[in-house]
Amino acid sequence: MTDFFQLLFSGVATGSIYALAALGFTLLWQASGTINFAQGEFVMLPAFMMLGFAAMGAPLPLAFVLTCFVAVLVLGWAFKRGIVDPLLKFGMMPIVVATIGLAIATRNGVRAGYSAEAHPFNGLFADKLFNIWGVTITLADVGTLVLALGLVLVTQAFLQKTVTGRAMQAVAQNTESATVLGINVPRMVFYTFAINALLACAAALLVTPTYLAKFDMGESLGNKAFFAAIIGGFNNSRGALLGGVIVGVAENLAAAYISPAYKDAVALVLFMLVILFKPQGLLGKKVERKV
Amino acid sequence: MRKSHLVITLVILAALLLVPTMLKNYGIYLFSYWLIFVIATMGLNLTVGYAGQKSLGHAAFFGIGAYTVAILMKAGISFWIGLPVAMLGCFAIGLGLGFPALRVQTIYLAFATLGFNTAVWLVMRNEEWLTGGTFGINDIKRPQLFGISLDDSLPYYYFVLAVAIIMGGLLFGLLRSPWGKAFTALRDNPIRAESLGIHIQAYTLLSFAIGAVYAGVAGALFACLVQFIEPAPFAVGSSIMMYLMVVVGGPGYFFGPLLGAAVGVLLPEWLRFAQAWYLFIFGAAVVLLMLRLPDGLLSIPDRIKARRLSREASAARAAAARNLGAQS
Repeated sequence: MTDFFQLLFSGVATGSIYALAALGFTLLWQASGTINFAQGEFVMLPAFMMLGFAAMGAPLPLAFVLTCFVAVLVLGWAFKRGIVDPLLKFGMMPIVVATIGLAIATRNGVRAGYSAEAHPFNGLFADKLFNIWGVTITLADVGTLVLALGLVLVTQAFLQKTVTGRAMQAVAQNTESATVLGINVPRMVFYTFAINALLACAAALLVTPTYLAKFDMGESLGNKAFFAAIIGGFNNSRGALLGGVIVGVAENLAAAYISPAYKDAVALVLFMLVILFKPQGLLGKKVERKV
Repeated sequence: MRKSHLVITLVILAALLLVPTMLKNYGIYLFSYWLIFVIATMGLNLTVGYAGQKSLGHAAFFGIGAYTVAILMKAGISFWIGLPVAMLGCFAIGLGLGFPALRVQTIYLAFATLGFNTAVWLVMRNEEWLTGGTFGINDIKRPQLFGISLDDSLPYYYFVLAVAIIMGGLLFGLLRSPWGKAFTALRDNPIRAESLGIHIQAYTLLSFAIGAVYAGVAGALFACLVQFIEPAPFAVGSSIMMYLMVVVGGPGYFFGPLLGAAVGVLLPEWLRFAQAWYLFIFGAAVVLLMLRLPDGLLSIPDRIKARRLSREASAARAAAARNLGAQS
């Protein structure tokens, strides 16, 4: 039984990182109809940026702040202006293809231009174990969970409680009415891209100590973020959190009790079940189709 | 079929027949490799380009075809039984996957097929008793046709070419039939197509399963070409690559796969000097292509024509305006 709780807990911690990436995914989708296939690479790049700043002698917190600035500029602004804006009028698939191209380019650019090795990355948290009623928990797991959950909840609160956040939601629900109401739509969409970039930086900070900084670290992370987003409900930002935690926990339990070799198939099975029985996701709302 | 199309087809055919005779063994091998990907992407072009179903799991069917033939041939069963078994298997699995997956559309379908590919790849890697795991299956023999050995690279190339032509011809016939029209109707406006009496689910399933059969045939040929298969070429990355080949060539253009597969298979060989940077260049090129030509390379002639027509129309309008001005 203690094993079970241990697996459950570390699953929730991993799942909360998936939730961070998944939240960025759903926000982009809601605000601009962008599906970002390079979401995993958006986590990989900040990891290398932080390593770069650290190599220049910056301590980790400073490196993180600098990386956030660069990420908002490159993964937020440049990505939106350079790729999403010109392609949006052609519908969804050209953006998907372009972001696939972007993912291939960044992944192999890092491999060819920097290194194909896995680089160690110092975590925020010291190696420390807690023992609660026989369940061993690492400080890193606790810290990751608290930070990731905190970030998801702060993002939620920002979207629901502040004027800017509500304007962003209005844009996501109906762009035209939002324009009529005097909301600066392009700016709100840009904010969404910036938040996505920031969430990716945070995910990089939390995930890299365990995954190590490697050019292909984003591949599975991006996929799982997407599965998590759909399982939770693609048009609902709370769904990302639920989906992320479900995927993280289910993976951990399946690896221990069913077969470690098929761990990566768990998210898929859950995803298939969800789209069979509740295609709009666990927390999602149905969207009527139009002719 | 217009005359220019006929001429282009003949020129391509002549090139495909003659060029390999001038090449060394490795060149012939590459051309066979390319043609196999042309067959696979032809099927994907039907699913993606004509029927508009976003499938990112094509390499799974490619792998199922390859492994079916390899396993059966290892058990002493002839290629000529293995091939139809692989085709039927891909068709059935395509239907089986399509049934839940096609309830959802566009991006959901893309991820459902992508996940399916991961699952198939995991089976190939983990079920050692069946697939040999990461060690793969080696020493796959090449088939014989009417007593002619296809062991050498040139005869095998012509065999692959013949299969490619047959598959291409079948696809061409299918696209001109009412079924083919129904596929495109489905892509362009599914709800309107449904109101015209096209059974959407049946047709999407069919386009998906037929696409899978093409991948299965290509996989069977692939296993006999490389003679050693392991899970790596059938991973998700190859599916994405095949999808990009279709998109780069021009989805919904009959000759799109020919060009797209050349970009994906032959170009890396010429760009050997770029080495590790090749995929970076390829990815960046895909982004640029989407920005400039979202309908693929083969849409260039159509674009030029459209531009010429609009220029002529505006010239005609200007002339008409001048005439009116002169009259009044």
